[in-house]
Amino acid sequence: MGNNLGISNTDDEEPSSNGTTRRDFLAQITYAGAGLTLVPLLAGTKDILPQAPPPNAETATINLTVNGQKHALNIDERTTLLDALRENLQMTGTKKGCDHGQCGACTVLINGRRVNSCLTFAAMCQGKEIITIEGLAKGDRLHPMQEAFIKHDAFQCGYCTPGQICSAVGLVNEGHVHNDADIHELMSGNICRCGAYQNIVDAIKEVQNIA
Amino acid sequence: MNEIIGKPIDRVDGKLKVSGGATYSAEYFPKNMVYGVLVLSTIPRGRIRNIDTSQAERVKGVVGIMTYKNSMSLHFPQGTDPGSGKYAEKDLLPLQNNRIYYDGQVIAAVMAETFEKAEYAAKLVKVDYETESAIFDLKANISKSYKPSSGGSQLQLKRGDADAAWQNAEVKMEQTYTTPVYHHNAMEPHASVAEWNGDQLMVYDATQAVAGVKSLLASMLGLPPEKVKVVSLYIGGGFGSKGFTWPNPIVTAMAAKMVNCPVKLVLSRQQMFTTAGRRSETIQKIALASNSSGKLTVIKHDTISESSFVDEFVETAGLATSMLYSCPNVEISHSLVRLNKVTPCPTRAPGEAPGTYAIEAAMDELAYQLKMDPIQLRLLNYAEMDEQKQKQFSSKNLKECYQRGADAIGWSQRNPQPRSMRKGNYLVGYGMATATYLANRIASAAKATLYADGHAEILSATQDIGTGTYTIMTQIAAEAFGLPVDRVTVKLGDSDYPRGANSGGSQVTASVGPPIRAAALAVIGKLISLAVSDTASPLHGRKEEDIIADNGRMYLKNHTDRGESYTEVLNRKGLQKLEAQAKTNVSTREPQGSNAVATGGADAAAEEESKTNPAVQEDQNVDRKLYSFHSFGAQFVKVLVDPDLGTVKVDKAVAVMDIGKVLNLKTAKSQIMGGMIFAIGMALLEGTAYDPNNGRVVTRDLAQYLVPVNADMPQFDIQFIDQPDPYISPIGAKGIGEIGITGMTAAIVNAIYHATGKRVRELPVTLDKLI
Repeated sequence: MGNNLGISNTDDEEPSSNGTTRRDFLAQITYAGAGLTLVPLLAGTKDILPQAPPPNAETATINLTVNGQKHALNIDERTTLLDALRENLQMTGTKKGCDHGQCGACTVLINGRRVNSCLTFAAMCQGKEIITIEGLAKGDRLHPMQEAFIKHDAFQCGYCTPGQICSAVGLVNEGHVHNDADIHELMSGNICRCGAYQNIVDAIKEVQNIA
Repeated sequence: MNEIIGKPIDRVDGKLKVSGGATYSAEYFPKNMVYGVLVLSTIPRGRIRNIDTSQAERVKGVVGIMTYKNSMSLHFPQGTDPGSGKYAEKDLLPLQNNRIYYDGQVIAAVMAETFEKAEYAAKLVKVDYETESAIFDLKANISKSYKPSSGGSQLQLKRGDADAAWQNAEVKMEQTYTTPVYHHNAMEPHASVAEWNGDQLMVYDATQAVAGVKSLLASMLGLPPEKVKVVSLYIGGGFGSKGFTWPNPIVTAMAAKMVNCPVKLVLSRQQMFTTAGRRSETIQKIALASNSSGKLTVIKHDTISESSFVDEFVETAGLATSMLYSCPNVEISHSLVRLNKVTPCPTRAPGEAPGTYAIEAAMDELAYQLKMDPIQLRLLNYAEMDEQKQKQFSSKNLKECYQRGADAIGWSQRNPQPRSMRKGNYLVGYGMATATYLANRIASAAKATLYADGHAEILSATQDIGTGTYTIMTQIAAEAFGLPVDRVTVKLGDSDYPRGANSGGSQVTASVGPPIRAAALAVIGKLISLAVSDTASPLHGRKEEDIIADNGRMYLKNHTDRGESYTEVLNRKGLQKLEAQAKTNVSTREPQGSNAVATGGADAAAEEESKTNPAVQEDQNVDRKLYSFHSFGAQFVKVLVDPDLGTVKVDKAVAVMDIGKVLNLKTAKSQIMGGMIFAIGMALLEGTAYDPNNGRVVTRDLAQYLVPVNADMPQFDIQFIDQPDPYISPIGAKGIGEIGITGMTAAIVNAIYHATGKRVRELPVTLDKLI
């Protein structure tokens, strides 16, 4: 890539500025060591961090089926499904709001169930049917939930919207909704800071009645 | 005429947003892009003695680590107001030296081939600090308060003689109200993608001010403005946190220069708590006095809020109090205490949100003391004019708001006695408050183009942060062009376009709508001129003022069948397009003209063209110095309180808003509702906790910082007066992004008092305060 590293001492490791592309680069190297995904949770607790030069994570080739399409990815094992979708497949419809399973913006459907893709490693999703916001419409024809969201103004900035819609589709599939209060409660894992909640409920009610 | 303004059309960007096709700033992938992750300080004050990046460097895939030791030097930022994209912390430019002013300050950026590697390596950066003593607690440091130098005389206001009137007052009420630190928590984290092409810089940035960030990047990096382009097509909410410019776009641009490839840098949710602003904690002392019949004789509102050691920001909680009620003796003060925390910044309705909470809760307390209905107290002290500025309001229909709101909530059924109403086991309470926010307008420009295929386009460097700007500007443009909305495309969020307003202070609608309208009208004026001077046109020789342009066709006022389509004229003339630019140099900000976007420069052409644009000239000829520009409204809520558990449920919420002409009833209701939900958070849920030992944010995620969720929703009833403001602009619309949060917080706490008989003056009203 011809980078100026901005690093003074890459002493004992091969530098990455060797003219390879990112994809080549990922394909070339194998990392040793695993289990490092816990490290980010230990932020600020510097004494717990390894003192020796850090082992590097392994890459893995995984197969994902997203919206009916198969993709083979050679990725860092630590990659979440969310980051695999957004960064590796460049399917950015699924959003990252908190990366901790607290906001629901990353909600996708895995085998029909709504799941926080930020709490799911991509490697765990092989052989499963992943549906994202990009996969709900049939060609130019929007999913009824997407239509209902537009009609009821069930979003403003639109950033939580893909997660809200996937969650809403999953909710209807689950069949647990009997009244408004159920929708309010069962959609509470999806935060909307703009405050479109009531309109989201109205949209879901409309689809629920049609279904 | 086919009226488009006011219609509740669906959002024009709706299809993109529901299908995942709207591209936010983190969603660009320039070739060879790497990922940047920030490292933040873990002490509240001191110096970096040593920063050891050796372990991080050894992580394969790391391509660069930037600290104060190896980063480029930055120039002092030019531009001091929000309109110019103010840099949030002028005395703390990122990565310039080893000084630490607060926990969570940006001290390094690690760039790597993948996000995972960058994040992992960032954890391996070891920092050795020399720690100095720091202060974090506002209440414990009131003795250090001072009167801020910024804001000048506007912050300390006085009329009459409050002290003398207080001595002689028949009824007195004096209380202190506090609000905690709040965080915006827009759903989209702050994100930037920077790419250099030689000395040209392209930045995709999640910002409320593309034009401002462009100016700021140019001035801080020492580049000519024409070398910098900033794009922000879709923004996942801002609420003020993306209004000032924080380190992320600057650091991303610096990093991309250093590693010589494009860099994407996205803040984590945790990092947003210390590197993207916050709303200051406030301590507000209110003193009200009246005669025995309730006529106010004294209003005092003293606010102490927080600032930092690297810049000054004032939460102007008392400003609205100066004009809210008729009262001869008023004193407003604002003081600051500098603390070792990130500098506060505007947060939805900066000033008014906490300020109207305090004054409107105090009014409720006074009403109870007087044994008077709180609406009656407000009507008795109704301000017919802005008594502080001694100016008429540009428009005010607040009495109607009170009346309609009272009817909608069922106020007449309210037994005023606290703790007197029940529904099953729940205590029932009704509360109300006045809402108000500034009706701001600043200079803005836009370009309009009509193409030979009958399609029209608008360009303006403002942005839609989720408020519906794309949609309402399409409506304004469509009406001015005389075209259906599906034939008009509004393009925003690109700094190459004529400069529009930054998305702050509820000012975009009032600021950018008029130049869009004027530019589109100018295009249609040119088209009509072409037709009447063309012997081949059925309109040849007709007077221009007798011609109507509507639905893509020009025709005679009295003979609608005599005319032709826009495309016929353009095609006959062999013209691909007709275009016009307009710039309206108008400001309702105080003092007049402040915060107006600088004239000339990039928009010199628009300014020149506007000299002969009748719509601009007519608009600019209104003497706005004569008026005080505000929006108003009344908020009413019904709460249910569980007397055993202390839980509060807002059961019903009513808002009646006087915000000038409503441009789109659907998006307007959503905007107001969103503000009211923000207030539910302020009143009941939200508040940032700091560790008293080290000034670190404890509640730095969405599991600990609680924002309202779907289960917290009341039933809403949102209504509008829908009377155009005759002086703000020819369109008559005021911005509505902020007024929804004002008043609402007080309405909730007032309802809680009515339900329980307990007056909680420290927000949020959590259940422990009610049992």
